[in-house]
Amino acid sequence: MREAIELKEYHAHAWNEPIIMEMGHKGERGFIIPKLEGEIEKATDDATHYIPKKILRKKMPKLPELSQPHVLRHYLRLSQQTLGMALNIDIGMGTCTMKYSPIINEELIKLPQLTDIHPYQDEITVQGILEIMYEFATIIKEISGMDEFTFQPGGGAHGIYTNASIIRKYHEVNRELGKRNEIITTLFSHPADAACPATAGFKIITLYPDPETGLPDIEALKSAVSNRTAGLMITNPEDTGIFNHMIDEFVAVIHEAGGLCSYDQANSNALFGIARAKEAGFDVCHFNIHKAFSSPHGCMGPACGVVGVKRELAEFLPIPVIIFDGSKYHLDYDRPNSIGKVRQFLGNVETIVRAYAWVLGMGAEGLMKVSETSVINTNYLIKKMLTIPGVIMAYPKQKIRLDQVRFSLEKLKEDTGVGTDDVSRRIVDFGVQEYFTSHHPWVVPEPFLPEPCETYSKNDIDYWVAVIRHICKEAYENPVLVKTAPHNQSISKINEKHLNDPKKWAMTWRAYIRKTRGKMKNNRNS
Amino acid sequence: MKKKLGLIVNPIAGMGGSVGLKGTDGEDILEKAKNLGAIPIAPNRTNEVLEEISFFKESFNLFTYPNEMGEDEAKACSFDPIVLGSIDKGKTTSANTKDAAKEMLKLKVDLVLFVGGDGTARDIYESVGDRLPTLGIPSGVKMHSGVFTKTAKIAGKLIMMLLRGEVTTRLAEVMDIDEEAFRQNRLSAKLYGYLKIPYEMQMVQSVKSGSVPTEKEAMEEISWYIIDNMKDDYIYIIGPGTTTKTIMKKLGLENTLLGVDVIHKRKLIALDVNEAKLLELIQGRKAKIVVTVIGGQGFIFGRGNQQISPKVIQKIGKENIIVIATENKISSLRGKPLSVDTGDIKIDEMLRGYIRVITGYTKAIIYKVV
Repeated sequence: MREAIELKEYHAHAWNEPIIMEMGHKGERGFIIPKLEGEIEKATDDATHYIPKKILRKKMPKLPELSQPHVLRHYLRLSQQTLGMALNIDIGMGTCTMKYSPIINEELIKLPQLTDIHPYQDEITVQGILEIMYEFATIIKEISGMDEFTFQPGGGAHGIYTNASIIRKYHEVNRELGKRNEIITTLFSHPADAACPATAGFKIITLYPDPETGLPDIEALKSAVSNRTAGLMITNPEDTGIFNHMIDEFVAVIHEAGGLCSYDQANSNALFGIARAKEAGFDVCHFNIHKAFSSPHGCMGPACGVVGVKRELAEFLPIPVIIFDGSKYHLDYDRPNSIGKVRQFLGNVETIVRAYAWVLGMGAEGLMKVSETSVINTNYLIKKMLTIPGVIMAYPKQKIRLDQVRFSLEKLKEDTGVGTDDVSRRIVDFGVQEYFTSHHPWVVPEPFLPEPCETYSKNDIDYWVAVIRHICKEAYENPVLVKTAPHNQSISKINEKHLNDPKKWAMTWRAYIRKTRGKMKNNRNS
Repeated sequence: MKKKLGLIVNPIAGMGGSVGLKGTDGEDILEKAKNLGAIPIAPNRTNEVLEEISFFKESFNLFTYPNEMGEDEAKACSFDPIVLGSIDKGKTTSANTKDAAKEMLKLKVDLVLFVGGDGTARDIYESVGDRLPTLGIPSGVKMHSGVFTKTAKIAGKLIMMLLRGEVTTRLAEVMDIDEEAFRQNRLSAKLYGYLKIPYEMQMVQSVKSGSVPTEKEAMEEISWYIIDNMKDDYIYIIGPGTTTKTIMKKLGLENTLLGVDVIHKRKLIALDVNEAKLLELIQGRKAKIVVTVIGGQGFIFGRGNQQISPKVIQKIGKENIIVIATENKISSLRGKPLSVDTGDIKIDEMLRGYIRVITGYTKAIIYKVV
């Protein structure tokens, strides 16, 4: 018998807060810069003289004028209206690996040894951070089987772009780039595996999944390869949680055709100590340090998409690469075939410090436990979810899923008219972060994609499932309630018709003024 | 001002199917269906949709035709319809559907909602063309057209969004097969034209995404790819469909939406050709065929483009077939493979397997053909 779980009463803060540009009063100040004392004033020149004329503003910027407490109040209110990851059971954001990141690691990145160094310092004076990065590279080499790493990419897609650039350089050096201009990917790989090589100038060939297995067919791959094939860029397990057990054969087909294989390991949380890029035959790979390795993420950073390569491709890595001569760490710039820099300096080093601490805390066995627990959590979640009327699992013949699982609310929508966007909006009424539907296009209709990482307890999963169960029940009993959600949140349902209308978008305050001219009051009181 | 919704029900649509008659076109067949105990399907389908839209019925006027062509269902669902025209109760024909559609056109309704099958879609097309938005509720036996929604719930939502001006429209195929041939187990489907149907991107993407190109942009991208890669020593056989004809439009060429046109060096050399003309044109010349997915069933050969016959395909060769389609069109197949039915088993066999479908200027997909 199912345990009855009582859902908590919840209401978000609702401040109806204006945009800061609409706040304040003329002349209101947060801080008054003191005048220079007479002698100093005499000895100095007007600062504007040092600014090139062509970049000097002719008019003062129209900035809001506010006192300190008003600014503080405003941003605290906004933060209260944010349903942060640490506030809720954030299982719904599949592919994002929203795991708990130990707060103690934040202490490390606040240490002056890290905050007070400068990237332009001589390498001999920053041996500590270089040692941490070199050591972490040693760990991640063991995890992946790859031979050399770079930490420069500032995010997952950036790492994948770096991989595409390495593939491009490899063919360029081999004088085959003109001919080899096609990258093969799969529909359920991350869209970055198509978008990044496209940005790098490649044509993209996408393999569609078999409707029964949810996986691409090796025969489809064979029909896609040719002497134009530059490489394969693929995610595994794919964004359905299904592991492509023929991955080594896929890699062999590409190698046979003269291409390179790039492994998108954003979904690596299920594979620590279980499967490695090297054994599958991959040439390059990337990890999202900010996801599986427990550096906090969201709000777009700071992130790190480390890239690892086999020895034969190490000459193409971005410069500099950290090397060790047995006594000192150095920055190696002497790589004539490098793809160049993909970001300034060494990358987001604080992300590496957190990840290093996390891995040392877990140990090798602990890392394997991470993956085992995450897989058990996923399959426990599946078992519970499939008892909810209206919820079905995509590709049901694939019974075991790894880090995540793609469900479909198609039946719920057909029965009640309530679709996945509606449920995702309703879930926030229970203090639970909205979920990720899936990347586009929706090959699985009305999809959603939870990922219950290892840091969620059985109770957490049970509670999350109870919320979904409750909403699906509401859909059958009172669909309008779900369709008009959210009701307990900081904002109500917005008019979606404007969302895809460029005339209604305003990416800047100036654009907002232009598009709403005459329809708003400026300088509203806070 | 109140919106205007037109409702046309083909009361006999689908009756043949329930008793194994593969369609209900023609009075004899209808009689036969009735004798076999066929019961009407359309009224239930109509009621389901009307129930979905009844909560905002104050916002529009419902125009319909008498008795079983919509009036009965509307009244049963507590609507207060404005009834047009007259019919011979119990003996409706396709002429009634056409008349009803013509009156809706005169009234410039915001949407013609029709309940029926491929035959009904043809009647609506004949009267309205693409001059008004229309939407089909499936109740027929044959469903080759792309103008129908999957369920009453989805229809309800689309109708609401269209009346509120929240969706755009797209052209969808009106196709029909020769029922007489079908009953003798021969399939022969024809592309009759295009109806303008409401188009909700949300079926394939979250409303919040906003980054997927529109159908028009996607077709243009594909067309430029084809045009930029055209070789002067090949003639290009451009099959029917809005996607393929975008190529002709981009080249500024006259074209036949429902037929097959031929170009060489980006100039038109033949318009709306039949099989014989095609065979003559490719005699001793290198040629490529450009086709797209026709209708809701995923056919690339054998439905709506029979001019490109097995003989033509054989002469040109599989390696010279270029299949183009937008990603949305492929998504709408819901994983179902593409199909071929040229009428020649050997040619069908040759075309089966995995093919490359061009979906953009620098992208393609690999998709299964059965």
